[in-house]
Amino acid sequence: MADNIPFKGTQEQEQQLLEVIAKNKELPGALLPVLHEAQEIYGYLPIEVQQMVADGLGISLSEVYGVATFYSRFSLTPKGKHKISVCLGTACYVKGADKVLAEVEKKLGIKSGECTADGLFSIDSCRCVGACGLAPVMMVDEEVYGKLTPDLVGKILDKYIKEEGGNK
Amino acid sequence: METVHLKINNIPVEVPKEYTILQAAKEANIEIPTLCYLKDVNCIGACRICVVEAKNRRGLLAACAYPVEEGLEVFTNTPAVRKSRKTTLELLLSTHHKKCLSCIRNQNCELQKLAIEYGVDEDAFETEEPVFPIDDLSPYIVRDDNKCINCMRCVAACKNVQGISVIGAMNRGFSVHVGSAFDKSLNDTPCVGCGQCVVSCPVGALYEKPQEEKVWDAIANPKKKVLFFTAPSIKATLGEAFGMPIGTNVEGKMVAAIKRLGENVKAFNMDFTADLTIIEEANELVERIKNGGTLPMFTSCCPGWVKFVEHYYPEMIPHLSTCKSPQAMFGAVLKSYYCIRNNIDPKNVFVVSVIPCTAKKFEATRPQLRSYPEFDDVDVALTTRELARMIKRAGLDFANLPDEDFDAPFNKATGGGVIFGATGGVLEAALRTAARILDGNFQKVDFEEVRGPEVVREATYEVAGVTVKVAVTSGLGNARKLVEKIKNGEADYHMVEIMACPGGCINGGGQPTRSDSVSNFVDYKALRSKALYDQDKTSEFRVCDDSPVIKMIYDEYFKEPGKEKSHHYLHTSYVARDKHYK
Repeated sequence: MADNIPFKGTQEQEQQLLEVIAKNKELPGALLPVLHEAQEIYGYLPIEVQQMVADGLGISLSEVYGVATFYSRFSLTPKGKHKISVCLGTACYVKGADKVLAEVEKKLGIKSGECTADGLFSIDSCRCVGACGLAPVMMVDEEVYGKLTPDLVGKILDKYIKEEGGNK
Repeated sequence: METVHLKINNIPVEVPKEYTILQAAKEANIEIPTLCYLKDVNCIGACRICVVEAKNRRGLLAACAYPVEEGLEVFTNTPAVRKSRKTTLELLLSTHHKKCLSCIRNQNCELQKLAIEYGVDEDAFETEEPVFPIDDLSPYIVRDDNKCINCMRCVAACKNVQGISVIGAMNRGFSVHVGSAFDKSLNDTPCVGCGQCVVSCPVGALYEKPQEEKVWDAIANPKKKVLFFTAPSIKATLGEAFGMPIGTNVEGKMVAAIKRLGENVKAFNMDFTADLTIIEEANELVERIKNGGTLPMFTSCCPGWVKFVEHYYPEMIPHLSTCKSPQAMFGAVLKSYYCIRNNIDPKNVFVVSVIPCTAKKFEATRPQLRSYPEFDDVDVALTTRELARMIKRAGLDFANLPDEDFDAPFNKATGGGVIFGATGGVLEAALRTAARILDGNFQKVDFEEVRGPEVVREATYEVAGVTVKVAVTSGLGNARKLVEKIKNGEADYHMVEIMACPGGCINGGGQPTRSDSVSNFVDYKALRSKALYDQDKTSEFRVCDDSPVIKMIYDEYFKEPGKEKSHHYLHTSYVARDKHYK
């Protein structure tokens, strides 16, 4: 779970963020561009980063959090080494994408939008990857897997887990 | 003043050109319903309850935000308007936790009132009611998002009025709810507890942490002596909870009601410890001026303001007077002096303050205030609303109670103590006493310059060759601006009075909730304040040191202000807090 993953921000990242804040500070509506760049720098927006943004822009943490949770483009949890994306578009959905997603969640012990404690896997859902003929579809990093069944999902994930030398 | 002419439901009106349709309609004695709009707090035209039609305008207009124009013809009661408002209400109710009978705002709820007026069907839309966890972890405020209609009035009060913004709208779509960053409890945020969110809420989503049951338990316990005391502003507002006109001074009936809550109950007058605060604070001020202490000195009686300094300006803590608040002083006096004088074990005394404020509930739990390490000086701090509920539950016909006097020995107080409940009152009372310390023959009692509705009042007085510069403000957004000026050396004063709530305690977060028609169209702060200043004017004693109770307690117990015993029981210390966390 994301809460178990310690924040691993570096000095360089902090320096970059401070520069971004300094550059935008005086602009009206600075929060949105700053959050965008902060996510580019850190990959996600943990409380530590949101606090730096709040301090830097002189606004409250709840204002930052409100914006960060409004836009689905922002993520509050880190992404794993392997990013799993299950398509919940119409074609995939009618072909049982919900069962695929449930199997991925069950297998990894996390929910969609979360990352495993070892930082190896994160799950997201997406809307159509343009491979409806293969529905239901999921992507692991840049690889597309189609015509999935819960059984197949297990085998695919086992391959990645084995590669990482672990057991799930 | 430039005016425009328009017609509301064919009634011609002439109004200032800055008016909105909502204000103009009021001139024609037509009330347009509102929910998200709250004067001086929130004007976002979002809830669509105030919609009206206008000639040659497409669609429906939000009257709360739409400015008037010359020749505008507005219609507030057409079939389209009524249908739209009804549908809006039914949509709001579809995701509202409709547990009205046990709701703290039952019969006192803006949504319920409109639902009755528009004859809505609460089941018009079939939806799932949301299930948000109720946040009751703080000692002062409960948030129940299941009742929330997302009007954003609390968010605006916290951000626009108080400049704190510990709450906001989180997530989006059906998951939108008002909360704190990372969905932390209010208790884990730098909330100061002022309760302006509570008195801004139109429904039952926000309320004080109820503590009446603890008090009922103590009253039912024959071993306990239950000692009530009521803050200066309560007498000016309690009547509203019983349908009396705003600004009715109900001191006598309030005392009678409290005494009738139980045989072991006494009712004392907290105006006395307001006097006591002044004696200590005025002496501290003179001491600081004479001995080069930290100036300006900030008043310390408002717990919301004190916590605000601790979170947001910890470097300014040395400016805070070390005097405890009147509530805390009374707790200390009762658990020490009163118990010794009457030979009672302080453990058998149950101290109940009645205060206009949710932050005082937090204050009562501050470990720095304890006279004894094992227990708090004030056991329960009740808001005006909670006292009103207790009086109702006791079956007392409030309006027809006789006027009675507070119990001895804490029955008498001065006009200086009375005006503590209004912005500027503490400073004025302190000036009356400080001037007399500096010049024994000083006669001026009314310091009109520090009264009134202006955001910041400044004044300079010459007393016995000493120049005393003072300033007053209320509302923490205003306080922040003033503190910044002082920090940057743009202003210098000897004493600054700050109250967290706009207008002072008479507008505290624990006061009776007002209907929107009052909030938006009646100067209720002025009416409530007037009740206090009127009482001050006719008080037997007006300068705090003239109070016979003050003379008694210094003769018998404290001896001298700011020294050993008074220092131990009447002064306190503060802690620097984080600006993001508890």
